[in-house]
Amino acid sequence: MSKLRLLFVKEKQASYISHLDLIRTFQRAFPRTDLEIKHSQGYHPHPIMSIVLPLPVGQSSDCELLDFEVTQDTDGSGIVEHLNTGMPNGLRVLECYEARRPIRELVYLRAIVELEYDNGVPEGAVGQLRELFARQNLVIQKRTKRKELADVDIAPMIRRIELTEGEGLIRTDVTVQAQNPGLNPQLLGKAIERYLPELTPDFIRVRRTAILDAEEKDFR
Amino acid sequence: MDKRLERILPRVQKPARYVGGEYNAVMKDLSGVDTRIAFCFPDTYEIGMSNLGMRILYGVMNNMDGVWCERVYAPWGDMEQEMRRAGMPLFALESGDPITKFDIVAFSVGYEMAFPSILNMLDLADIPIHSAERRELTPLVIAGGTAMYNAEPIADFIDLVSLGEGEEITVELVELHRQARREGWTKAEFLRRAARLPGIYVPSLYEVNYNDDGTVCEIIPHDGAPRVVTKRIVRDMDKSYFPVKTIVPSTEIVQDRIMLELFRGCIRGCRFCQAGYVYRPVRNRSWDLCAKYGVEACNDSGYQEVTLSSLSTSDYPPLTELCDELEEFCAQRHVNLSLPSLRADNFSMNLMQRLARGRKTGLTFAPEAGTQRLRDVINKNVTLEELLRSCHTAFAGGYNAVKLYFMLGLPTETDEDVLGIADIAARVMHEWREAAPNKNRGVRITVSTSWFVPKPHTAFQWEPQITREEYERRVKLLREAIRTKTVTYNWHDSATSVIEAVLARGDRKLCKVLETVWRKGATLDAWEEYFSYERWQEAFAECGVDPAFYANRRREKDEIMPWSMISSGVTEAYLWREYERSRAAVTTPDCRTHCNGCGANLLVGGKCDV
Repeated sequence: MSKLRLLFVKEKQASYISHLDLIRTFQRAFPRTDLEIKHSQGYHPHPIMSIVLPLPVGQSSDCELLDFEVTQDTDGSGIVEHLNTGMPNGLRVLECYEARRPIRELVYLRAIVELEYDNGVPEGAVGQLRELFARQNLVIQKRTKRKELADVDIAPMIRRIELTEGEGLIRTDVTVQAQNPGLNPQLLGKAIERYLPELTPDFIRVRRTAILDAEEKDFR
Repeated sequence: MDKRLERILPRVQKPARYVGGEYNAVMKDLSGVDTRIAFCFPDTYEIGMSNLGMRILYGVMNNMDGVWCERVYAPWGDMEQEMRRAGMPLFALESGDPITKFDIVAFSVGYEMAFPSILNMLDLADIPIHSAERRELTPLVIAGGTAMYNAEPIADFIDLVSLGEGEEITVELVELHRQARREGWTKAEFLRRAARLPGIYVPSLYEVNYNDDGTVCEIIPHDGAPRVVTKRIVRDMDKSYFPVKTIVPSTEIVQDRIMLELFRGCIRGCRFCQAGYVYRPVRNRSWDLCAKYGVEACNDSGYQEVTLSSLSTSDYPPLTELCDELEEFCAQRHVNLSLPSLRADNFSMNLMQRLARGRKTGLTFAPEAGTQRLRDVINKNVTLEELLRSCHTAFAGGYNAVKLYFMLGLPTETDEDVLGIADIAARVMHEWREAAPNKNRGVRITVSTSWFVPKPHTAFQWEPQITREEYERRVKLLREAIRTKTVTYNWHDSATSVIEAVLARGDRKLCKVLETVWRKGATLDAWEEYFSYERWQEAFAECGVDPAFYANRRREKDEIMPWSMISSGVTEAYLWREYERSRAAVTTPDCRTHCNGCGANLLVGGKCDV
């Protein structure tokens, strides 16, 4: 029996696949390998697999992880090719390896957040946003699991942030807390909307670029 | 990805429906493509992707050189609103290109309530809705599917109809259109030539005149169009295309499994059932071929469920052989087999147990009517004893849920027949008490009734639908007769069935009604969320059309039906004979017992493979 981990890319059309649908998609891809996935017991046995830090629908990522167990002893070599023959466009497995590090060591995630301005980036916007994200407190309203609105201070969850101006957009390279609690980088937009409403972008595009441990080294 | 689409998607429900890119979606290089086909389903992605016919024809068309067939579905209301606001026309899932760029726009129409959605999709695509307004050869707007056995209510909007099974005729039609474009024919010239292809009905080549009372007086074909167009079929199911490599949606759809088609047609001859008549004759696919397709389709898609699909799966002669053959594969790959429907007279408990492999959820039977007399009228040759015996076996085997489907408003139905439904439920309950090994778990008996809608090309095409008041009275009668708490009674909302009854046997005068109701906002009217009876009533009133004329009127023998230029292969004389036998409550044996001479045998050269 082995515990394996997949590293995969989720982008383009596949970025609109929801968490549950993504699991279903992987469940259908696994029969392409010779691996026997460990199934749950009971009336409706289903393959056991879990996606680490589910990505919000609509965002892209270069570094998604999926953990699963197989009944065989294997280091996972050779299975990437099999899996990739049955994937929708935008979903691509990069690596499969034995899961050694526990998920709790995953501390930060890094993302590129593109703030699009259809009429060009407003004068001085980059500077103002830099100041905004340097504040001690950034309180936004967030829906809780009970569907109520609650005030959340996101400033402590931002590890580092760098803004550069591009053609019609501001590129934000941000490292945020990944879990307990984690910050969805999309919420940077909420902070702008609250504190600098005139700089609210017309569209925000998010791409997860790295998952990091406490030393900000790639988590695998 | 289109920038407008990227902006819209975060604001709509289930955006994965609108992006394509699924595994096995066919992508082609446009430099090698001279014919682009937008294959449209006038309902949502989840419904359209669950349609086996669409999957078959998608494969057939994409197997043609130079042809790229792409899928188009109706957007849900939120998406439609966003698209219209962004000025984004209807697009195809594979390329993302607007439909106006396509040569052929083909609709698969399975039910009448989808008619408004056809108009809405054409409009969303920026294509004029009237056939007469589209003067060019492209885009050609065509339609097929079961609802097209009476295409008259949408005759003004479509250029031609492809009747019956599309595997062969679609290829012939696409080739003819290709020739027409290459040789620069006019649209009129193309339609004249297309009308000569067997199975193609071109509404604009038929002049329909009416009597003063609103009935059809004559139908005159012009320009060499045939007096009667007969549907096409595939003669040999073993040679017909099966989509082994089929699109695997990245989001959940209604039929999220392999649909393994065992046979076409049905031996039974239930008199209300349009599918039972228009899909004749029965043609079986060899069981070993079915098994092979099933395994290959599972291996390619990764699906872990296969539904053994047909109009009446327990009537497939080698069903046991097929299940035996698949058993080992299913066990090893954790694949489940499921049956779509059961007949209470010949279903095998043994087989069910094996298919369920430990799971015992519910069983569903459709006795359709409450008394033997009425079941004889509709030729549903199932007896109460058979039903009770089946339920007994099921309960004894550990099942504790049974669903029973009935129709209200069947021809000749009396209050006694209605109350008979409650009686059946009570008797099923009694069987459970007798048979259940463990009564602590309780039992769930669900009775569902729908409202009978008379359909064209059936023995009941001459029958009136009962009025809405009468239907509601019968629902109330049954509701009060079902007293046990363990029996749940669900009944179908009445308003949709009225409109369905009007459209099903409608004529061309309804084109105006459809256009009116669509302009008033009708789109996805097959969905309760969007259906509005008031809107339809307004449209009828504005167009001076009396819905009762279509729904609640008994037709005479000599009346010309609006769809009489269409033949399913079953003769009208046979249907009339069945109608008369129904009036006398005389049953007709199934095709396997003996041939009743319906006429569909001529489609396969004289003798059916029952």
